Amino acid sequence: MTWFSIIVSGIVTYFSRMAMVALIDREMLGTKVKEVLNYVPAAVFPAIIFPGVFFNDFGYLVELTDPKIYGAIVALIVGFITRNVIVTILSGLLSYWFVIFVI
Amino acid sequence: MLSKSKIFFKGIVAVLPHMLSVIPFGIITGAIGIELGFDPILVYATSLIIFGGASQIIFMQLLSGGASSLVAITSVGVINSRHLLYGAVLSEYLEKLSFIKKLIISYFIVDQGFAESNKYLRQNKNLSNPHYYVLGTGVTLWFCWQLSTISGIILGSFIPEELGLKFAIPLTFLAIIVNDLRKLDHVFVMLVSGFASLILFDAPFKSYIILSPIVALIAAFIMLRLKK
Repeated sequence: MTWFSIIVSGIVTYFSRMAMVALIDREMLGTKVKEVLNYVPAAVFPAIIFPGVFFNDFGYLVELTDPKIYGAIVALIVGFITRNVIVTILSGLLSYWFVIFVI
Repeated sequence: MLSKSKIFFKGIVAVLPHMLSVIPFGIITGAIGIELGFDPILVYATSLIIFGGASQIIFMQLLSGGASSLVAITSVGVINSRHLLYGAVLSEYLEKLSFIKKLIISYFIVDQGFAESNKYLRQNKNLSNPHYYVLGTGVTLWFCWQLSTISGIILGSFIPEELGLKFAIPLTFLAIIVNDLRKLDHVFVMLVSGFASLILFDAPFKSYIILSPIVALIAAFIMLRLKK
């Protein structure tokens, strides 16, 4: 079943890459649709970030003092300033570990 | 006149700076797949068959969390709908290719390659073989992605569970949108999506992962309308 899902997901992904190049006339995609597609990353990724930070493994809200909250705040600030992918991830992980293992 | 191989090489050079983020991201993707309990072969298969970091992580996270295949596949589709935009922009430069070549080159269209190709080809409209540039970026990213996810798969089996590497998932996605944090309209859409996901988290079949982006995109659509 997992294999089946991987293959179908692969087909879906490939189709998203190929459709406008090989199948559909690009004029079909109106200006409005293009404008909205610009927001896909902003619309998709917070739906993974927020639950990943604010919920624990059992789906309950974490407390405000949870190490994940600290890690996320540090990563957010560092990311905003540096705009660097790796520095953002590392700063978040390191501050998360610092709270867990040191404090 | 630039030869085909020179154009291809220019594409390679253009994406090299991106390796600083692509390689660690690939390592994280491989390691997380192992951490989530998947077979190494399955984790690698996602790199080969899906070939998209964000979709691979979300796909594995959802399946390991008990989501149905339908939800996992649909959310991969939602995430990758942005490729439609890339294809629409690049198709201008790929128009003259045969259908088969279009099918092959499509597999290699990824975020960083698109960004660089779009930048370069817009400034060099009269290039005779623009698809070699796209291929140069895509093939380079493909090789680095395969190698880095394999490294991550190997590393993943050594990383102790106490480290809570799962927390790298939200951090990775935070890092992906970090460039858009200065754009107020994007931040608005992010907040809508984020709060929607908290409210809809208990919706059946983990459908929050599809519903929240839809809510946020509707908000984006309304926002664009009001702006005009």
